[in-house]
Amino acid sequence: MEELLKCEGVSFSYENTGVIKNLSFCVHSGDYLCIVGENGSGKSTLTRGILGLKSPAEGKIIRENGLKANEIGYLPQQTPAQKDFPANVFEVVLSGRLNSRGFRPFYSAEDKEIAVHNIHRLGIEELVRRSYRDLSGGQQQRVLLARALCAGKKMLLLDEPVTGLDPIVTEDMYKLINELNRKEGITIIMVSHDINASVKYATHILHLNGDKSFFGTTDEYIKSPMGRYFFSDEKTQLED
Amino acid sequence: MDLFEMFEYDFMQRALLGGLLISLCAALLGVSLVLKRYSMIGDGLSHVGFGALAIASGANLAPLEFAIPIVVVSAFFLLRISENSKIKGDAAIALISTSALAIGITAATLTTGMNTDINSYLFGSILSMSQNDVVLCVVLFIMVSVMFILFYNKIFAVTFDESFAKATGTRAGIYNMIIALLTALTIVVGMKMMGSLLISSLIIFPAITSMRIFRSFRSVIISSAVISAVSFTAGLIISYTFSTPTGASIVIVNLFVFLIFTATGALIDRRNAKKYAK
Repeated sequence: MEELLKCEGVSFSYENTGVIKNLSFCVHSGDYLCIVGENGSGKSTLTRGILGLKSPAEGKIIRENGLKANEIGYLPQQTPAQKDFPANVFEVVLSGRLNSRGFRPFYSAEDKEIAVHNIHRLGIEELVRRSYRDLSGGQQQRVLLARALCAGKKMLLLDEPVTGLDPIVTEDMYKLINELNRKEGITIIMVSHDINASVKYATHILHLNGDKSFFGTTDEYIKSPMGRYFFSDEKTQLED
Repeated sequence: MDLFEMFEYDFMQRALLGGLLISLCAALLGVSLVLKRYSMIGDGLSHVGFGALAIASGANLAPLEFAIPIVVVSAFFLLRISENSKIKGDAAIALISTSALAIGITAATLTTGMNTDINSYLFGSILSMSQNDVVLCVVLFIMVSVMFILFYNKIFAVTFDESFAKATGTRAGIYNMIIALLTALTIVVGMKMMGSLLISSLIIFPAITSMRIFRSFRSVIISSAVISAVSFTAGLIISYTFSTPTGASIVIVNLFVFLIFTATGALIDRRNAKKYAK
């Protein structure tokens, strides 16, 4: 399996306090990595680092085998302004091709074909002429996922993709992401709050916790002291 | 009433041409500003513009040459405030607006007094469009339309989702700055005719009105331009015919169109709700 992304001894500081210290991990093609951790543990800072929008204070983030920073299909968290944005689904999905444009101002026929392809891939053909603001939360996430696929063929970076979705739609979303990973071999990095779902679907877990972060396969995580603490803790809470 | 007769006057031709171009600029820029929740920037800038024009008129400086740099600098500053979530952006903009207004009025009363110039900076005047202003309007319109044609897709991406646009390598900050800069110019050039108290309506009304009915980015942009041009022309004719203040007449037409669009939009929504419920 080829390496796509490698972090070596990376530290990030935020407002002069180090949030991530000496972090190393590696993502291979086809991996499904969940990044978990409490609020303020540096998940969004690391996300910005992976996207190349923020340079680490120490260490290196290396993208390999032709993965460019602007070719990571990013699914950001939704902003309140977006929810009632007047744009139809095709306009939104097509905007994922922006990174292929450079300084050329207009989309090509190929860009439009790729957008249509990803619309079919996510089963949202019926929504194409609908307005983004008239869609349900789950439909909006699918549209943004199609846009992310237009931007990145190899790797998706999903920032808490199920926030605000009801349980059934959340499960659908997880299944869809899982299919993209298992059937189509797309590498997934997901920032998540949901440790149970992370353990269920991910192949690898990165648990951010200051200088005592954990990185390893999901099996290793469950057996590790940290995983036992957080995971079994949540499980017993659920059983109560 | 003879429509053609009123446009035989030179000042009316200038007002029509300059005003139409400014209205179109304001409408195009307004779609992006309103959707990014930056509407208040337009309002803040118009007050800063008034302060600068009042000081220029008191100190006998060339009004536009003095006001344009000040408003442009304020535009960058207000944009920074709005992008920085730590400062309460709306409160900061309100502080800046009222301070600029107060400084302007004080400077004016201390020097020239509240003369016609100051009055027209506040409420607008149909007579204010000079030959030079028209040239400025043409240049500005060319800049805004070239930007919207060449960078349409980037403007859409940055307006819809700045995080995603940045992640895919679009320098969102630059587009925000260009939009703020062009907005500043539009406001300064437009405020002599519209008045500083009303110029921001040219930016906000067409976009908000269009969004009542239209649901794609492209249609909202086209509709805003049309609404803005029609409301401006109607307002100008009303202003001439009934000797009402130009800016106020245009805003009232805009309000009227907004109410019609809101009612129509509500009807369409109800019909769609039934359709999708089936």
